[in-house]
This record gives sequence, structure tokens and C-alpha cells, in this order.
Amino acid sequence: MMFSGAEILVKSLLEEGVDTVFGYPGGAVLEIYDALYKSPLRHILVRHEQGAAHMADAYARATGKPGVCFATSGPGATNLVTGIATAYMDSVPLIAFTGQVTCDLLGRDSFQEVDITGITLPITKHNYLVKNVENLAQTIKEAFHIATTGRPGPVLIDIPKDVSLKKTNFNYPKTVNLRGCPSFGPGDPKRIKEAADLIMAARQPLIYAGGGVIISGAHKELQELAELADSPVTTTLMGMGGFPGIHPQALGMLGMHGTKYANCAVCECDVLIAVGARFDDRVTGKLDEFAPQAKIIHIDIDPAEIGKNIQIDIPIVGDVKQVLHEINRKLEQKKHPEWQNKIARWKEEYPLRYENGGSLKPQYVIEQIYEVTRGEAIITTEVGQNQIWAAQFYKYNNPRSFITSGGLGTMGYGLPAAIGAKVGRPDKVVIDIAGDGSIQMNIQELATAVSNDIPVIVAILNNSYLGMVRQWQELFYDGRYSHTEISGPDFAKLAEAYGAIGMRVTKPDEVRPALEQAISANKVVVIDFVVEREENALPMVPPGGCLNRMLGG
Amino acid sequence: MRHILAVLVENNPGVLTRVTGLFSRRGYNIDSLTVGRTEDANVSRMTIVVEGDDLVLDQVTKQLNKLVDVIKINDITADEYVDRELVLIKVNADPAVRGEIMQIVDIFRARIVDIGRKTLMIECTGDEGKINAIIESLKPFGIRELVRTGKVAMLRGTKMTSLCDEKEKKDNEEEK
Repeated sequence: MMFSGAEILVKSLLEEGVDTVFGYPGGAVLEIYDALYKSPLRHILVRHEQGAAHMADAYARATGKPGVCFATSGPGATNLVTGIATAYMDSVPLIAFTGQVTCDLLGRDSFQEVDITGITLPITKHNYLVKNVENLAQTIKEAFHIATTGRPGPVLIDIPKDVSLKKTNFNYPKTVNLRGCPSFGPGDPKRIKEAADLIMAARQPLIYAGGGVIISGAHKELQELAELADSPVTTTLMGMGGFPGIHPQALGMLGMHGTKYANCAVCECDVLIAVGARFDDRVTGKLDEFAPQAKIIHIDIDPAEIGKNIQIDIPIVGDVKQVLHEINRKLEQKKHPEWQNKIARWKEEYPLRYENGGSLKPQYVIEQIYEVTRGEAIITTEVGQNQIWAAQFYKYNNPRSFITSGGLGTMGYGLPAAIGAKVGRPDKVVIDIAGDGSIQMNIQELATAVSNDIPVIVAILNNSYLGMVRQWQELFYDGRYSHTEISGPDFAKLAEAYGAIGMRVTKPDEVRPALEQAISANKVVVIDFVVEREENALPMVPPGGCLNRMLGG
Repeated sequence: MRHILAVLVENNPGVLTRVTGLFSRRGYNIDSLTVGRTEDANVSRMTIVVEGDDLVLDQVTKQLNKLVDVIKINDITADEYVDRELVLIKVNADPAVRGEIMQIVDIFRARIVDIGRKTLMIECTGDEGKINAIIESLKPFGIRELVRTGKVAMLRGTKMTSLCDEKEKKDNEEEK
């Protein structure tokens, strides 16, 4: 039997086990949407293609399965770009399908034509322009393989309209043959032995865990390593939830907005075990003074991350879960009471704190969210102070419970991310911790949530500023608040206009009842928390500074 | 230090853009790049000459390896290799100086491939030093136009940059 390219696309997605796609129709994808009409695939119609990319991305982060989004050619495709770049920076398996003008119109500046494979070259793991329908199924098979294996990442497939129309036989390939796409195993046994020996010899070990732990599903192995080596664990923004936040050995986040005790531990550890992390500039601060006394073990699946930013003593390239399993087998139970005492003193001396006075504090709102949800919710964030406070004041005990744009730092990510996460994990309470600036970047997706009945909660920490930029202006630009005071609509009324529930909270004692009401409503809810305007996200390492010299630490 | 990379890539559309795009966005400098088909029609071979210290080379190699279309990379700089470049030079050649030019062409074992009313076109192959030398020698006559291919390079002996890894290893061992 012959099938059109569009039908082959839909059938291939079903073969890959895809249940939901996020997208927006248009001229070049009419065939594809016609095939969708008859298919069992769930399609979530977004209000802007950027929303579709973020939703598919967060669906992937929340479930571990690849996320899929559709857009038409030209502006539809370019609207995906920020979402694809976000997924690329955070190693998320995302497969984006874009329509394209017919093959005979390619390269002629046709209506709604854009070279989307050219545009997305530096922000995809790989991309394809499929000019022959015979290659479509094989291409899709390869795309899923590339997106999900090794270090995951986004793949884009551009399909000209005539290719989606042309018919051919359908046999979904069972295998891929990609010579340039290596697989990774448990790492070099010699290096693993060296690493285990070094960990056993350490007196002040520290584990620095990143998003790779979550992607690889290595949270159990990580905890085993930490407990065997009696090592404290600090996580990156992407690694939150990879190690239980309430564990006595947890130090929270390190780096620019990390805890002072985590940063002190980095400065004094003698062995640093970096697990699925990439020594990002927001983590290391001044490179020369990062972990100055430590021998560094770096475990990562991407060989290009080894030695990219920092000199490594023992590099191990491999799947984090398998590598940790191998290392753990070679360890014996260690105890480092002096080191633990030192850390306990730092924790006592420099706790995360804020002044809880009469006005409503954003940190208090997040603590209340943590308590009301008992730490069991999926939290998404926008970017800025809201993101930092959400990382500092909510304790993430499970992997895939904190979903944030870490690498690219995309404002407007949180709401579509919450929707995508809720679609993937309908059993979880999903809350977007937002700022009043960021939320306005993709607020149109409230309509998507309402019309598809996807009950997410948006908690806006509303200070009428672009708070993080204002904070930098206060600290480093003598308080010249250049264009950071920003107005917004009446968010509660706006929510109601979209058909959601809107609330406004101005006093501390209203926070908890509002949250409880929002959760029990099981509807789309927007809560406008009017918070202290000039609260700062502290402590903070000034840009380019050394980790343990923190402002407000 | 300059390194010569022999890079085998899938002969797919866009592969050159993927490779050069990677160099430009990560700030690596390409001295020269040549590309053409190999004994296998599905595989092209690039010879990339890149300037940088060991750290840069390490990153270049690793980042190139991440491209799905890149099959294999071999830094042949430290090995024994043959490298060649081809140059075409159109040089001013009034009848009075033609004899002198033809002598230079002989010295460099180059060839005259075209004659105009007032010019000669010269073809020369060789390593970079030889090419530079012939250009210098012809400069006094006035070079009107010049085009160089960039470097191609291949390992000497039975060592290979090919896809048959196993065979290569065996051959290398035999050679030792």
C-alpha cells in the first residue's frame, strides 16, 4: 500500500511511540495536518510556535521521552528557533518538524520560504531537508536516534510540501546506520580504577553534579557514591533533583547564585568529582581560582566537554549511570568527620536567608509553594530572580521535578514548559514560578492551557521590575535603573479573560490559602503575588569573581 | 602551531557548511581547506590546515567529531606525510622576458599551460615552500592573477586515513 509523505510522518511518529505533538498549522504543512486529522496522535494547538518548541522540550524533560513539535515554513519555522536553541543548550531530545515550500520553489525567495536548516545549523545536533519521500521514514528513524542517544539534543526535519504529498511504500526501518554517531559505554576501566583510587584517598571530597545525572537516570548511583565516599554534593541549576535536596549531604546549588557553603566547599575540597556537568562560567566564576586545591575527576558522555574550560586530572567519557555504577563497585565505606564538621559550620554560618518583615517576600512565596506541595510538584521557571529563588528555596528531591532554561536563559520559557510538563505528567501538580517580566513573553499560551484543559498554576512574583537586571544595575551600575521598571496588565483579570482563574495576593498570610485553593481547583490558575519590589537574589558572586567571595553571603 | 587534519565526511549536501560553520562560530582559524571525493563515492575527504595550540586542536577535533556527518578525523601533522598544493599563476610576459620566465618554470619543474599576447599561465604543484618560492620568483615580472588550491595531504607508507579501521591497524602493525 502507498502512503503520502504526511501519512508516513504520522505513522513513523506512532512507530516511535510518540503520543503527543505540539504545533501550529500553516500553508506548507496542510498535508501533514490533514494526516493528523485522521490519526490517534494528540495534537496541542499552541498560540505561538515558540510555545510549541518549549512545550515539547519540557515534555521531554519531564518524561525522559523525546518531545515533538510541528510548525509551518518561513515564520512558523523561525518562531521555533529560540525554543530549539533552548533545547540545544540544555541537551534536550527535541524533534522539530517544519514545512517547507515545494522543491521546485526552493532557493527562489518564495512565499514563506526560509532556509531553516541553515538557520538552525548551530543550534541543532543535526538537521535534515528531505527532498525525496523515499528517504523520509529513514530520516525520521535517524532523527530520533540522534536526538536521544549520547548527549541528547534537538534535531530538525524540514519537509517540502510536495514531499509530504508524494506517495510511496511504508516500511519503518528497524536500524540506523550512522557512521558518525558513536555510542558510549561504561567508560575506560583504567580511568575508572584511577578515579576510584583517588576518591578513596580523598580527605575532603566534593561531588559537583549536573544535568547529565538526570538525563542518564543516575540519581540512585549518585546517592550511592555520595554515601560511600561520605562526600557532600552540590548541584548545578540543571542538576537540581539529581540528588535529594533534603539529604544531609546536599549543599544545594554552587556558582554565581549558589549557597556560600557549596562555594566554600569547592574552594577547599581536595578531590572534585564532576558528574554530567560542564564547568559553565556561571558555575566556575574566575576559572583560575576554581577548586584550586582539588584533583578533578570529570565524568561526561560528551568528549568535547572534557578539558573545554578547565584542566582535568582524570577524564572519564561514558554514560554517567554506567560509569558511576562501575566506580561504586570499587569503593569502600569512608568517613570524613572533620570535613563534614567544617561543612556543618559553614552551613550554620552562611545559611540561605532573607529578612521576613511585613511585606510579602518572593522567597517566602516559594517556601510556601514547597510546603503546600510537600516538594512533590514539578516546578518550571522563567528566567531571572524567579529562577534563582526557585532553585534556592524549593527543595527538589526527585529527578525531572525542576524544569528551567539553564544554558540559554530563555525568558518566556516557564509557562509553555509547565504546559508541556503537565501533558507529560498529568499526575503531578505543575507550577510555573514566574516573574512579571518573563511571563509576558509567552502569556498567550494561557489560551492553550485553558482550551486543552491542562491545569497548570502560574505563580507570578510581581515586583514590576525586570528584577535580575535591576539587581545588577543596583549593584554594578550605581543604581541607574535603565529601562528595568516594567508595567504589566492586571494579571488576575487577564487570567479570567483567558478563561483561567485569577487571584491576587499581597499579604504573607494570604499565600498559603491561595496556593491550596489553586491546587484543589485543578484548573488553570494565575496567582499574582505582589512582592517586595527591590528584593535581591543573594548571595551572589560578582561576574568573573572568585566563588567564595560572595555579596550578601 | 599548524596542524593538518584529514577529515572523512559523509558526502551529504551541506556538510561543508557544517564544518566551516563550526570553525567560525567557535572562533577557530582555518588556514586552508580542500575537499573532494574519495575512493568511496559516499565519502568525501577534507584536508584542513588549522592554526592553534594543543588545547585548540583538541577542541577542534572533538567538536568536529560531534558532527553526525563527520566519520573520522586524523591529525597527521606528527606523522610522515606527503602534502601538495597546486597553483595557477598568470604573469606578465613581454617577449623580452619570456625566456627568463621559462627558465624559472624549468627550475621549479612547473609547466606553461597557456600563452596570451602579453601573459603566460603557469601551473605548479608542490609543497607549500616550493609554491611560495615560485611565486616570489615570478613577482618581479608582475603577477596578474593567482589561484592556489590549498593543501592536500596523505600519510606515507601503508598508514591510512580510511574507514577500514581493522585493516589499517593490521597494516600498521605489519609495518612496524
